[in-house]
Amino acid sequence: MSTTATSPLPGPGGPGSRQSGSDDALATSAKPVTWKTPVLLSVLGLIAFVFFGLMGPQQTASFGISTSGDFFQLPALQVQAFLAGLVLSVIMLGLAGYAIYLKTKDRAAPSWLPILFIVLFVAAFLIWVVGGARTPSISLAGLIAGSVTLAVPLVFGSLSGVLCERVGVVNIAIEGQLLGGAFTAAMVATMTGNPFIGLVAAAVAGAVVSMVLAVFSIKYLVNQIIVGVVLNVLVSGVTGFLFSTVMQANKAQFNTPDRLPIIDIPVLSSIPIIGPILFRQSLVGYLMYVAVIVVWVGLFKTRWGLRVRAVGEHPQAADTMGIKVNATRFWNVTLGGAIAGIGGSFFTLVAIDSFTKEISGGRGFIALAALIFGRWNPIGAFFAALLFGFADNLQSIVTIIGTPVPSQFMSMLPYLVTVLAVAGLVGRSRPPAASGIPYVKG
Amino acid sequence: MLQPHIPSGQPTDASRLVRVLKLELRGITKRFGSLLANDHIDVVVEPGQIHCLLGENGAGKSTLMNVLYGLYEPTEGEILIDDKPVSFRGPGDAMAAGIGMVHQHFMLVPVFTVAENVALGAESTKAGGFLNLDDTRKKIREISDRYGFDVDPDALVEDLPVGVQQRVEIIKALVRDAKVLILDEPTAVLTPQDTDELLDIMRQLKSAGTSIVFISHKLREVKAISDTITVIRRGKVVGTASPTASTSELASMMVGRAVSLKLEKAPAKPQEKTFQVKDLTIIAPSGQHVVDGVSFDIARGEILAIAGVQGNGQTELSEAILGLQERAHGSILLDGEELVGRSVKGILNAGVGFVPEDRSVDGLIGTFSIAENLILDRYDQPPFAKGISMSPAKVLENAKTRIDEFDVRTPSGMLAAGTLSGGNQQKVVMARELSRPLRLFIASQPTRGVDVGSIEFLHKRILAERDRGTPVMIVSTELDEVIELADRIAVLYKGRLVGIVPAGTGRDVLGLMMAGISPEEHAQADKPLTNTSHANQAGPTSSSSAEGGDHD
Repeated sequence: MSTTATSPLPGPGGPGSRQSGSDDALATSAKPVTWKTPVLLSVLGLIAFVFFGLMGPQQTASFGISTSGDFFQLPALQVQAFLAGLVLSVIMLGLAGYAIYLKTKDRAAPSWLPILFIVLFVAAFLIWVVGGARTPSISLAGLIAGSVTLAVPLVFGSLSGVLCERVGVVNIAIEGQLLGGAFTAAMVATMTGNPFIGLVAAAVAGAVVSMVLAVFSIKYLVNQIIVGVVLNVLVSGVTGFLFSTVMQANKAQFNTPDRLPIIDIPVLSSIPIIGPILFRQSLVGYLMYVAVIVVWVGLFKTRWGLRVRAVGEHPQAADTMGIKVNATRFWNVTLGGAIAGIGGSFFTLVAIDSFTKEISGGRGFIALAALIFGRWNPIGAFFAALLFGFADNLQSIVTIIGTPVPSQFMSMLPYLVTVLAVAGLVGRSRPPAASGIPYVKG
Repeated sequence: MLQPHIPSGQPTDASRLVRVLKLELRGITKRFGSLLANDHIDVVVEPGQIHCLLGENGAGKSTLMNVLYGLYEPTEGEILIDDKPVSFRGPGDAMAAGIGMVHQHFMLVPVFTVAENVALGAESTKAGGFLNLDDTRKKIREISDRYGFDVDPDALVEDLPVGVQQRVEIIKALVRDAKVLILDEPTAVLTPQDTDELLDIMRQLKSAGTSIVFISHKLREVKAISDTITVIRRGKVVGTASPTASTSELASMMVGRAVSLKLEKAPAKPQEKTFQVKDLTIIAPSGQHVVDGVSFDIARGEILAIAGVQGNGQTELSEAILGLQERAHGSILLDGEELVGRSVKGILNAGVGFVPEDRSVDGLIGTFSIAENLILDRYDQPPFAKGISMSPAKVLENAKTRIDEFDVRTPSGMLAAGTLSGGNQQKVVMARELSRPLRLFIASQPTRGVDVGSIEFLHKRILAERDRGTPVMIVSTELDEVIELADRIAVLYKGRLVGIVPAGTGRDVLGLMMAGISPEEHAQADKPLTNTSHANQAGPTSSSSAEGGDHD
């Protein structure tokens, strides 16, 4: 994973089958082995050892696995917080030591190492927080289900980013697309009385915001970052204005959408932990899974995807092969906007049943981080978004159960994770070569 | 070996028999604003021929081919295929009509595999638009076997050597059933050995019925491979020639006046060695050792040429001497003074003259006037500067002298440097760098993209600097230039010094060295000449054989 940034994550066949050869070649020559990963892991390992281990709470933390609705019950996980913290942090230090050892041999740490490290760190952190709380008990199932819920708009947003950047356009306007989708969904769903029409309207709104980005960046060659930032401010201003002048004045007529129903698939949804995540979702939630798979398959297995990636990597080459570069870019960016718009509808049609100012709350930018953390790959972006959703959810749950850590610090958690992730915790990632560069013929 | 011959490849069977195609360009005119790039050009490419378009850089050859390939729309004129007029709205149309093109800068996506690159734009698909790369792999293997290409369909393009990438480009065209293949300066990036292989491939393609339009300004190759030669100068066809025409005839057609291709060069009189590079290693940000333990020295009054295929560490080496490379280890000594670790300004003031390889990016500021460009290195020194103010009169005066001295063709020194032609821009750079007393002169690609007339002038200037007793280092990827100028030749391959050989070393030996094989390594190599005075006499001889293409 550290070398073939552009190859799809899973699947031994198809474009992935070349990996073994190129991995060896790159590992020995081009890729420099830096101290970054070993040092970062060591610092985090020491923090874990001191805080989660030595200074760990002496309570027993309890993690509920099953909920009452499940069709079979599993006992809650009971963990002695101090001991678990100590053991986990020692393992982490061991991993950090292994990374240092590899560096002295001039070899890069394998990609599983930082991932395993993150998992252990999160587990240790969780045990520490819960163990130190006034009521040392949380529902793991609830925590995970909540994470997925919070991740839904992030996943849609980062998919939008993937579609745009893969074709060579930087989409900073994800925030604006989410917000536009959220507003339009609330308004249209209320006016028509039908949340499904609201969902479609949200996609259209996102696409319209994206089209502005596309026209200015592709046709008029305006700096893509600037157009994106301006769009965010514009959408925020327009929705804020309409909210206070139209929606607030006549709430019943414009801002009381029906929620999209939760579709519960019988039996399957009663499986502990994964049941609620996969089989007890709203239409938007199910669409998320479909979209991730469809975009991944589309990008890496189809003719459309090959052309899209070529346009984002080497537009001139695509042009000489008879591919219409700017048209491909335009429609891809528009499609990305529609997807982000659907993500925006999640705020007003699933999570909350009304629109408020700035309801997207900067999640478009977190989605951008998820896209980079996920290495411009739909499946990578999906898991990155889940991680951010988890951090977000943990923050709110932990505040509820009452921890010794001030809640303000907890609120920093998602952003801290973002910074660490984008700073390249899991190796360096390579964006599409032509991302952000307008294509001018000749 | 360079005489045309019928390749031993298997004869084409009936099912493979390709429809031959006659291509005609009639009165093609292409304007970019006020610039007339192509002026009523007529060219007929007969079926199954290798037709060469010969012309200097900027003569309009590539523009013409981009028109033919549908990338540009002609302002006037028409393209006829088998005597029927066609119009191409894009490369897709051109490819459908049976025209394929290998661009000078390869049009390959580096992070794609060979198969993905070949498939792009003409993908075999299963139901629902799913890629069928197996089908593409099969086609690649078929073509690869037929022409002996040895290309792995699953290799990543960025991992492939340049010569193989070029074959991938050719495969791309063949998979699309190209009847006419346009090769735009295909040998610019190749070693002499790769070039010979390419010429062989072209002969094979021709015998299989493919017509080839070969664009080049290298007379040796043109004479070796062409059936017909059309010479283009300043956007116009100035005539056709047969490959039996002499080199000097072709050259004067190309340039428009008689040119002397042989440089009158007095033997070098090397004095004491004042410039030394010891164990220089440069590490790129990627961790790669782009220059790896290189050591050499240059004597006063001697030209050392650094030869090698583009991208083998030459750029980094010359930049390191000027102090532009951060991660340079080792030692660079000029008159016993260490240059490594000093600022660029300090190194310039120590008497290093530097002509960068890309003049428009590193050599000039295009929007500044010629006069200003001529003092970029001394703008803060008298007589041009007094305290915090500058003296424009002195700057202009200096410009007048330099423009006359270096024969820069411009109406005024006040014009922006970017408006000059390539040759005149290079003269400005050279004039600036040679205008102060030097203790070392470095010129990277001194004549790249420069017209033949200016080349002669620039070469003479470099020789004059040598004869003044300055150590001179030339970096060039053009073997002809290296052979012509050098007193000694150092060859770089993958950042390592393959060897330093005297002038007069055979083209074939140099070619192998450029592929990383040192003279000691191959038994059949000519004995390296050790007698320097003999070597210098041999210099001009080998350069003349280079033009004739009859050296073996």
